[in-house]
Amino acid sequence: MVETSLFPADTDHVITTRQVNFFYGAVQALFDITMDIPGRRVTAFIGPSGCGKSTFLRIFNRMNDTIAGTRLEGEVLINGEDIYQKSNNVVHLRRKVGMVFQKSNPFPKSIFDNVAYGPRIHGIKDKQQLAGIVEQSLMRSALWDEVKDRLETNALGLSGGQQQRLCIARALAVGPEILLMDEPASALDPKSTIRIEDLIGELRNDYTIVIVTHNMQQAARISDYTAFFYEGRLVEFNATKKIFTKPREKQTEDYITGRFG
Amino acid sequence: MSTGKEQVIYWLIRMVMYAIVMVIGYIIFDIVWHGLPALSWDFISQYPRKGGAEGGILPAIVGTLSLLVGTIAVSLPLGICSAIYLSEYAEQSRFTAMIRLAIITLAGVPSIVYGLFGLGFFVLLLNFGTSILAGCLTLACMILPTIIVSSEEALRAVPSGYRDASLALGATKWETIRTNVLPYSLSGIITGSILGIGRAAGETAPILLTVAAFYLPRLPNSIFDQVMALPYHLYILATQHPEADKVLPLQYATALVLLLLVLGLSLGAIFIRIHFRKKYRW
Repeated sequence: MVETSLFPADTDHVITTRQVNFFYGAVQALFDITMDIPGRRVTAFIGPSGCGKSTFLRIFNRMNDTIAGTRLEGEVLINGEDIYQKSNNVVHLRRKVGMVFQKSNPFPKSIFDNVAYGPRIHGIKDKQQLAGIVEQSLMRSALWDEVKDRLETNALGLSGGQQQRLCIARALAVGPEILLMDEPASALDPKSTIRIEDLIGELRNDYTIVIVTHNMQQAARISDYTAFFYEGRLVEFNATKKIFTKPREKQTEDYITGRFG
Repeated sequence: MSTGKEQVIYWLIRMVMYAIVMVIGYIIFDIVWHGLPALSWDFISQYPRKGGAEGGILPAIVGTLSLLVGTIAVSLPLGICSAIYLSEYAEQSRFTAMIRLAIITLAGVPSIVYGLFGLGFFVLLLNFGTSILAGCLTLACMILPTIIVSSEEALRAVPSGYRDASLALGATKWETIRTNVLPYSLSGIITGSILGIGRAAGETAPILLTVAAFYLPRLPNSIFDQVMALPYHLYILATQHPEADKVLPLQYATALVLLLLVLGLSLGAIFIRIHFRKKYRW
């Protein structure tokens, strides 16, 4: 389904999946998904609720491991390394592959401690170094100017949009290459949503971003590539422009024109 | 819904609440009213004389305090670890369902059964003798179910978003629990534990068979010593003393001391709770 010519010659395929099947207990959620996700681009996953797009996203940092009774078949390679090999260290994987969740979930600690949490558990103790990482991460997530004078206050005092940008800063602080975003703006007001989208635009050159979204306009606005999922299968994967102007599959067309979903 | 019916229900509930408060109020008033005149510095700082008819209750206070410290030291780590296992690590299987059922059943076992178990297991089989050690272990067994159940509930109340966020940043499961689950649930864990420990402070049956001395006007030297304890002392003054009527004020004063002790524990718990609530709000 995916021809190599889909991507420009200079792109690396950072995430590669081969015939991935995924099960919750006896229920199969994903069917035979083979896909290459390009590096330093924004790839959007769209599809109706329950189509498996979030499940597929959570495969890339093995977050599905936390759910009892799940099982994966097939291969998932990140930078050529099979992340489901027994020898693969899930802690290392998650340093490389950060995640932002649908519901913003800052810890009930200070803003500083939230961002410093990742670096601290990875062994950075030097106060100056930590302060530097915190400042950089907050700058990258476009939150620094709003919070620089109250880094010691509780993060839960921030607005919803600020909390989500704090979560992005927290994810950036461990220095990931890939950023997974599971409907990061779905709980936010339009203004905060635009800010998150702008932020994704700024991060696109340095990170491989995979974003799950319900909002097709959002996918059209921010992504380079779009994958359409339906009932656990990858229906179509193409450059965003193509998907939204000339979809190859009838199902894709029906979905993006709002005929179902 | 008619407003008249609403009003009746509202007042009914109010009355029931007042009735409960009044009963508790009367008990406390009665103990304070009769106990306060006999309460003095001498009473809490001196050894008993003449079989408890005169003098103070220092050994019983020290005995109960040492039992409480020992019980906390044993039951809190065990209870919290069990709760962490059940809430965070154990898979939901028939086996864990059985463990939970067993814990709830144990919470309802009468305290004298724990006393008999302590006598058979700690005092005789493990050969600890009638001692503080045996008493603490018996009391710890008795309050473990309370601590486990309330701690597990407190742990489960922590939103899963914190666990996910921490794991997604590359923290191990234990790091996640230690830094982002346990601290947020501490206020709940402490509240539940204090309920259990308050019960341990007032129980007579478990210590009757495992540690309590009828009359021992000296302080313990080691954890293998017997001690006097406030609830048991009270029981003896009330039912076993040849001149029960004469020592009535002493009974009341002893009850008052026990009451203050438990109250102090609860107050301490409330302060710790407020502290953690302030620190971690969500």
